[in-house]
Amino acid sequence: MKAIFAKGLLNAAISILGASLIIFVISRLSGDPVSLMLPMEAPQSAIDALKQELGLDRPLWEQYFIFLWKALQGDFGQSYRWQMPALALVFERLPATIYLATAAFAFSLVLAIPLGVLSAVYRGSWIDQIGRIIAMLGQAVPSFWVGLILILVFAVGLQWLPAFGADGVQHVILPAIALGWYPVAAQTRIIRSGMLEVLDSDYIRMGRSVGTPERLLVWKYAFRNALLPLVTIMGVYFASMLSGAFVVETVFAWPGLGRTVVEAVFSRDYPVVQAGVLVTSILFVLSNFLVDLSYSIIDPRIRL
Amino acid sequence: MSATPLLQVENLQTHLHLRRGVVKAVDGISFEVNEGETLGIVGESGSGKTMTCLSILQLLPIHGGGKIAGSVRLDGEELLQLGEEEMARRVRGPKVAMISQDPMTSLNPVFTVGDQVSRPFLYHKLVKTVRDAMVAAAAGLRRVRIPSPERRLKSYPHQFSGGMRQRVVTAMAIACSPRLLIADEPTTALDVTIQVQIMSLLRSIQNDSKVGIILITHDLSIVAGLCHRIAVMYAGRIIETGKVRDIYRNAQHPYTQALLDAIPHLGRKRRRLAAIPGQPPNLMDLPNGCRFAPRCPRRMAVCDEYPPATDVGGGHTVNCWLAAKQ
Repeated sequence: MKAIFAKGLLNAAISILGASLIIFVISRLSGDPVSLMLPMEAPQSAIDALKQELGLDRPLWEQYFIFLWKALQGDFGQSYRWQMPALALVFERLPATIYLATAAFAFSLVLAIPLGVLSAVYRGSWIDQIGRIIAMLGQAVPSFWVGLILILVFAVGLQWLPAFGADGVQHVILPAIALGWYPVAAQTRIIRSGMLEVLDSDYIRMGRSVGTPERLLVWKYAFRNALLPLVTIMGVYFASMLSGAFVVETVFAWPGLGRTVVEAVFSRDYPVVQAGVLVTSILFVLSNFLVDLSYSIIDPRIRL
Repeated sequence: MSATPLLQVENLQTHLHLRRGVVKAVDGISFEVNEGETLGIVGESGSGKTMTCLSILQLLPIHGGGKIAGSVRLDGEELLQLGEEEMARRVRGPKVAMISQDPMTSLNPVFTVGDQVSRPFLYHKLVKTVRDAMVAAAAGLRRVRIPSPERRLKSYPHQFSGGMRQRVVTAMAIACSPRLLIADEPTTALDVTIQVQIMSLLRSIQNDSKVGIILITHDLSIVAGLCHRIAVMYAGRIIETGKVRDIYRNAQHPYTQALLDAIPHLGRKRRRLAAIPGQPPNLMDLPNGCRFAPRCPRRMAVCDEYPPATDVGGGHTVNCWLAAKQ
């Protein structure tokens, strides 16, 4: 267990370092922020002065090490646009994104687990068909469209739920459905095929042959075996919800990190982009690390 | 022999309805098992041995399209009329249990051995609490001679060797003291030395509990030590049945004789092992007559008609025209 932990931490550190390099290089490739920050007719002297102030006149590798050193101390610089420390801005927006991603994730599992398990148990029945349709709809339809339709039906038409904002539980429901529906298809498929394989296994037949009640066979003895592949993709989807909620955040005016970072990209607000993307990568790496740890909890054969 | 046999199977038919046609995996077989008796069912792969046993427990593969007909009576009670729920609650475990072929795959890899061996006691209300079930499970492991059972309850299946796993499976199967134990090739996947241990374990369990055993195997050399009677299956039917001694010394059916010839013997003058030429028939398209006829070295014209069961003495019956003619 300790070995898994240590190895995981080392891998995480390397991944994050790599991410920081990529983030830095790509953001420099996107263009010169100074040209956006100053008026078109600004004299060369003003441009040079601003560059010097921001440290943009130094060689790239030097800029990178300065960036890295400061980042280690939690200093990503001031946001060019918001006039506040970039990291503070990111942390201000992060909770809303984590909240939305968690809700969306919970929604996707609440839908996918029963659908997947029941589709396997009643293979070829109407439950299986309906499960397939629900899952495919989520994957085939883009999330912004799902969001718009949800707003149209539940906010504008039925007026059950608010269309935008982030004040209470009722605000998170629609964006969570819009964001969480996409992974349902993949999750359902993984659970279904895992369960089909497990339900046909010798040990389930053995369990049945000593009179294990069907409910326990399916939900306890078979399900835990089918969980491993699910956990793998769960990690990936959760991480991508954290970083990829931009579209849904925009549709629902959700004050999350994804929207903030994309806006920062458009205004070449390097500090915010760097802080936001690095924090997201850390969350990504962290969620994969948790997935690795949970393998060993689910499957004793992986424990060391 | 007691008045009513423990298990009475009559004209059991298990047909698998597939898209391509109907596979007659078990096609009208009858046999009995008495209390404290071991019946060996012998035959090649695909002869219907395993399907016979799964049919007794009604555990055919869920989506296999299997249909079971005929009669399976245990202690006089017709099992084929019981629903799935009643089979699970009353029959599987306390009345009939099964040891399956491969100990490497018949234990759930993500639950402790203690969980798996103890739960049957709870399902069948032999104990009230999980703690008592664990105590019973430890006793069960001790009964199959697993050392330091209390400690081993916390282990997972992958921490056991193949032979030890088969003992765990056996402990699980006999947990609720079944009346009938079905052992489906329990030693095929094990080393020869371990085979002997498992066989002697089964024998001692039988001595203690008078359990009736059905031992399925394709290995005639295993049968001799443990079984009282043998039924030889070929293409879904029993073609010869009798006491072990009668079958070994006085096999009547050419197929049984060929099977016995296929056993290698130590000390006998070296010669090629006798293989049976040809393939077993397609179970979707069976010949009308004797099913072994196409491969039989002593085939006659009359073999186009299915041979009746002929009693050649002492409960030794054979379905072959050679015996019928005599």
